[in-house]
Amino acid sequence: MEVANVENVTKIYKVGKVETQALRGVSLTIQNGEFTALVGPSGSGKTTLLQLIGCLDQPTSGKVWINGKDVSQLNRNQRADIRRGTIGFVFQFFALIPTLTAYENIELPLLLNGVSAAERRKRVEQLLKAVDMAERAHHRPDQLSGGQQQRVAVARALATDPSLILADEPTANLDTPNGRQVMEIMQRLNEETGVTFVFATHDPRVIQFARRVIALQDGLIAQNGVVEKAHAGA
Amino acid sequence: MNTLLKMAWRDLGRNRRRSFFSALALGVGMALLLFIASFIEGEMRGSMESTIKLSSGHLQIRVKTYTEDKTSLAFEDLIENPERIAAQVAALPPVRAATPRLYASGIISKGSDIVGVRVVGVDPTSPANAPFRDGIVNGGYLNPDDRDGILIGQELAKKMRLASGDSINLLINTSNGDVDEQMFTIRGIFYTNAPGIDEFYALMPISKAQAITRAPNRASTIFVLLQDRFQTPAVVNTLQTSQYKVWTFDELNPLYVQTEQLYTGYIFLIYLIVLAITAAVIVNTLIMAVFERTREIGILAAIGMKGWRIMTMFFVESSLLAVGGILIGLALGCVTVWVTSQTGIFIGNMGVSGLLIGERIFPFLTLEDTITLTGMAFVITLLAGLYPALLAAQMEPVTAMRGGKN
Repeated sequence: MEVANVENVTKIYKVGKVETQALRGVSLTIQNGEFTALVGPSGSGKTTLLQLIGCLDQPTSGKVWINGKDVSQLNRNQRADIRRGTIGFVFQFFALIPTLTAYENIELPLLLNGVSAAERRKRVEQLLKAVDMAERAHHRPDQLSGGQQQRVAVARALATDPSLILADEPTANLDTPNGRQVMEIMQRLNEETGVTFVFATHDPRVIQFARRVIALQDGLIAQNGVVEKAHAGA
Repeated sequence: MNTLLKMAWRDLGRNRRRSFFSALALGVGMALLLFIASFIEGEMRGSMESTIKLSSGHLQIRVKTYTEDKTSLAFEDLIENPERIAAQVAALPPVRAATPRLYASGIISKGSDIVGVRVVGVDPTSPANAPFRDGIVNGGYLNPDDRDGILIGQELAKKMRLASGDSINLLINTSNGDVDEQMFTIRGIFYTNAPGIDEFYALMPISKAQAITRAPNRASTIFVLLQDRFQTPAVVNTLQTSQYKVWTFDELNPLYVQTEQLYTGYIFLIYLIVLAITAAVIVNTLIMAVFERTREIGILAAIGMKGWRIMTMFFVESSLLAVGGILIGLALGCVTVWVTSQTGIFIGNMGVSGLLIGERIFPFLTLEDTITLTGMAFVITLLAGLYPALLAAQMEPVTAMRGGKN
């Protein structure tokens, strides 16, 4: 089953009179349960493509479907609804809310979804355990290491049980052991829960974890294929 | 809502000093307004109290043709048998005191000093004249049968360098249009805290005033004090006759009424100016908060927080600032008002004719002013939070996560 479908998408950014074409007609399909890497050098369009699949932005032309629904022309609030219910995000900078504890950061998407207090507590505790952060639950981000923060971010992305998790350079600001730990957790969760992961990276150590790699160059797909050696990074 | 409240509270705590000073700005502004409101209220209350007590009473009964500014002594303008009428009025339950007064224009002279005065013939035994008796600062009070005794105010005594026991010459108008003069002895000097009275009033027993003005058994007015000011309309209806007109406080003191209306308008304007200045501080604080937290706003939007919730979060922050500022303002304002109301604020002789303003103002804070100001401060702070909240709510998540740069 398709989680995301991108059809001939272009994206042009305008800064003043200068136009930059980030995507030049990209088409791809993401199937349920994939663990896919979007790779390519800086400026190749990885982040832009993730943002379009994640309903954070709208394409200049082309269509994006999420779970069979065309999200290309939705307004800001409609896109927020899709994100809240369907998509989880992990960002390069450890995008936690600094005034909330690890527990509260994970709880936030559940609150936005109107989940009851008892269910929230159960879910947050389960996720904290899953990312091995139960003992740091009541610490705020500034009391956590980069790796710990990113694990909390992964847990938050999973909180609402989304069908798709998009991670933009999730290990870029982590050292090798922490980066590896985060990737292992993501891989484990993908296998255990079946949630689809798509992550943008240009780090070869991360790419090794992917079961499918889509390479972008100059806003176009240069290569799209399944990695022969599954679990290469494990 | 709990989480929004928690986030807003903690966000304010991130930059405690800035949040404190923003709340303090609102607090100081509010304290200032509370003080201004209490000062004006104190001034108007003091003025009303002095006016009722010393000058106009709650009501006055006069012959319809009597005009106060001419201080007419013509028989047709005066009340005949005033003692009897005063006794009848005093018998009404809402009436605390009713006493006749006879007004005349006069000139007091001693040596080369000459000053125009308003001679008031009073019944020294009436409780309505107690403020003069209680205000004696030098010498004694009048006896009802005193034939050559007079009381003057402290300001007049200072101006003419007079003390009790001194003799002065009084030139006074009479009912037949002539003038008469007589030497009087100053029995006492009174102080009422109303320069308008202390500088111009000269009191003598009404029987003596009737004799010297050739207006026997007559008075200019029946001065009436009620148990409660709000009983005025009922008493007016009872007393109204075809021969006499009953004058209410508002009719007797048009300048007071106009001044009160003017102050009401002015103070509202002052409220708006001061609160607008403090609102600017709040706007600045919240805009800085929005720009500092642009990336976080992007994250919140990315995880599905809708614009209205982001807006609410900033509204909660401005509400918390408002509550903090209001509490500071109430504390500062109430302490300031309490301290100054104990000692009074000396303003001296304002020299306003037609309005009795004490030389010392005792600020008085009403519950109504406090509630109005609290409500205004809260609403204006919330309005101040509107623009920053909209700014935050309208950010595109992608732009916001890049720190607001396109």
